[in-house]
Amino acid sequence: MSRLRSVGLYVAGFASLFVIWHVASTWIIPSVLFPPPWKVLLKGIELAEDGTLWEQASASLARIATGFVGGSLIGIPIGLAIGSFPIVRRLLEPYTEFLRFIPATAMITVAVIWFGIGESSKIFLIIYTTVFIVIINTAAGVNAVAPNKIRAARSLGAGPFQIFFFVALPATVPYILTGMRLAMANSFVTIIAAELVAANNGLGRMIWDSRMYMLVDQIFVALVVLGFLGFTADRLFRWGIYAFAGRFSPVT
Amino acid sequence: MALVQLAQVSKVYRSLKGSDYVAVRDFSLDIEAGEFFCLLGTSGCGKTTVLNMVAGFEPVSAGQIRISGHPIAGPAADRGVVFQGDDSLYGWLSALGNVEFGLRMRGIPRAEREKKARHYLELVGLRGQDHKHPAELSGGMKQRIQIARVLANEPDMLLMDEPFAALDAHTRADMQRELKRICSATGKTVLFITHDIDEAIILADRIGVMHAGPASKLKGIVKVDLSEAERERTHDRFVAVYRQVHEMIRDEVAISLERTRDGAANSRKRSH
Repeated sequence: MSRLRSVGLYVAGFASLFVIWHVASTWIIPSVLFPPPWKVLLKGIELAEDGTLWEQASASLARIATGFVGGSLIGIPIGLAIGSFPIVRRLLEPYTEFLRFIPATAMITVAVIWFGIGESSKIFLIIYTTVFIVIINTAAGVNAVAPNKIRAARSLGAGPFQIFFFVALPATVPYILTGMRLAMANSFVTIIAAELVAANNGLGRMIWDSRMYMLVDQIFVALVVLGFLGFTADRLFRWGIYAFAGRFSPVT
Repeated sequence: MALVQLAQVSKVYRSLKGSDYVAVRDFSLDIEAGEFFCLLGTSGCGKTTVLNMVAGFEPVSAGQIRISGHPIAGPAADRGVVFQGDDSLYGWLSALGNVEFGLRMRGIPRAEREKKARHYLELVGLRGQDHKHPAELSGGMKQRIQIARVLANEPDMLLMDEPFAALDAHTRADMQRELKRICSATGKTVLFITHDIDEAIILADRIGVMHAGPASKLKGIVKVDLSEAERERTHDRFVAVYRQVHEMIRDEVAISLERTRDGAANSRKRSH
């Protein structure tokens, strides 16, 4: 398929989403509780012009970015250690296997009690939601390194440290990136839930406040912006993988 | 003194249930420096086990393996290994990066290792493919990278575990010719594992035929005293050697098949 054609289909797919939304809100369920896209767009422009939208979106994004980077920086070395050393696996598996079933959303109240409704509780929750998925994917990646890659390196004269840094680590990169990509999606879920419950600003808080004053179009603005931000973040991440680590990726 | 000496080597695998499986028992063999030795056997006869022990990947259960008189202690750069599949190549490195990997690990300066790597890439017929990654290359080209990677490291000997088994017939014939040429040019000692009689006769100075497994060892050694011109499948002298080797391995193939059938029957019986 030509590039133009695939981009065209993609745009058409997106356009159809808005067409269906328009048809549904105008003729099928005409209600003030379900605003059509153009009304949401007008509201969005209004909120963008007075700066509210940017303020709320950047508050959420900053939390996601900090927590996501922090969680990845903690998760990658732990995952590498679990994958490399059976002793570490035995010691840490109770933590990873137990805690990963307690979702970050369940930890919101605890986080607020511990850290208050400021930034720390949000960043804690994003780190929490990021770290386990990165650990598990990284450890799985280490274990998936073909034994012959290690054997070949040993026969070529590489020592244990060289094998780790020049064979095991690069071979694990695609798994680490996959874990991070999943964690990014989780971060979006978690930040909204956390802001709905307790925050001074952010897109989640904006949705919650709009509900109180029945500003349905404002809720929809927040929802569309969320979808757009998530989509963009994922694309950027994929583009980053392709540009900087394409040779590590098994799909290229 | 032979370069490689295997003296009464045995390998026993212990299963999780605690029962022992003897793969190789009292295997003895001397390989001279500069010799191309083919180890020929049916599937499951333990020929790869022998190679893995010589490579140092698996310890011997009994007996001893010596290289130039010294007992081996694990894998080392004096024995380069070419694997059957392509999963030993480093997909994140270019062809050049793969070939210079050993030199890089051993701290050879960049300019020198690049020069050497390019030389060996050219030797295996991969000139101009330096910057391609393994995923961009065909099966035959990937095996060429493996061979160049091992040669660039300048080991005393090459250990090759059915390196051409996964290639199509034409590519395989090409690679056999190339390998023969490279080995004559570099004078390397080679231990080459195969189950293909033709391949063994085309390549080897001597062919060691193994008994069917388990508890396998050498059944006999056939010297292949053929000139280049005579190493053609249709040549009378080639056919004579083929008959001799085939005579030796025929019964082992039958035994191997029978054991596989019995094994399958027994496991069926157990499962009922």
